[in-house]
Amino acid sequence: MCDGIVGKKVGMTSVFAADGTLVPVTVLEVGPCVVTQVKTLSVDGYNAVQVGFGAKDIKRCTKPAAGHFAKSGGSGFTTLREFKVDAPEEYEPGQVLNLDFLQPGDKVNVSGTSKGRGFQGTIKRHGFSRGPETHGSRNHRKPGSVGCSAWPARITKGKKMPGHMGVDRKTIKNLVVIDVRAEENLLLVKGPVPGAKTGILEIVKVAK
Amino acid sequence: MDVLQRLEMEQLRLDMPDFRAGDTIKVHAKIKEGEKERIQIFQGVVIKKTKGMAGARFTVRKISGGVGVERIFPLNSPAIDKIEVVTRGRVRRSKIYYLRNLRGKAARIKERRTV
Repeated sequence: MCDGIVGKKVGMTSVFAADGTLVPVTVLEVGPCVVTQVKTLSVDGYNAVQVGFGAKDIKRCTKPAAGHFAKSGGSGFTTLREFKVDAPEEYEPGQVLNLDFLQPGDKVNVSGTSKGRGFQGTIKRHGFSRGPETHGSRNHRKPGSVGCSAWPARITKGKKMPGHMGVDRKTIKNLVVIDVRAEENLLLVKGPVPGAKTGILEIVKVAK
Repeated sequence: MDVLQRLEMEQLRLDMPDFRAGDTIKVHAKIKEGEKERIQIFQGVVIKKTKGMAGARFTVRKISGGVGVERIFPLNSPAIDKIEVVTRGRVRRSKIYYLRNLRGKAARIKERRTV
């Protein structure tokens, strides 16, 4: 069974557990995904399924994309993602994948693109400490010394500095599945996931 | 309807009585001790109710052994067995924090007449 699926972030709320504790959850709209291509070791060098998520008018697709979608039933998708599988012969283009493989209590890894923060300083971007605010201090949010002197006469590679933050691919591991509502295509996982609402996410079940 | 709103609506408890700040209530809270579950009654004055759907809360204050004790309960929590309204109080604000500074006779609340 394919242990991955594509979804969309709906937002966060909280639900009561059976013992009365309030659990913070993220609601994800997951699937249904359609297999658009099956990749095999002999042809592609690895075993995987390519799945499509999110309806798109086939007339709006580019001709190469429309030709690719024609092999799996002709409906267009906004998003294509790949998941590795062990047995590619179990899948064929056009097959619909659902939330069925998840149960409450399972653990999943959720990957997506984090929110963009723009150009940020070292305090927000790397968690540096700040300088004193008063008592004559003029070092408020400065990064401090970035290196040595005549030797090595350069700044070491990878030095943490101000720069663009966010819009990175982030994975949150081992999120607990709180609820699965297969008929509504809703998945509730404990805690936050990367990205803004309506952001595309890949959900992969963690092997026990 | 919005999916998040619907999820919260599903959790609302409709069996809760109507009460407001100033009322004296008995909260029957379920307490788990190991495997056993028992019910503990917490009686006191409601000093505030916060709005919200599934996240609505209320605070109950009582004087226990000369010390003021306040407990915050989620209104829709399944850990509450039931709520009984003992008396309805007449107060002029929705958050009666001033009760914290009052002791004994001064901390009495007039009963509200309900028709």
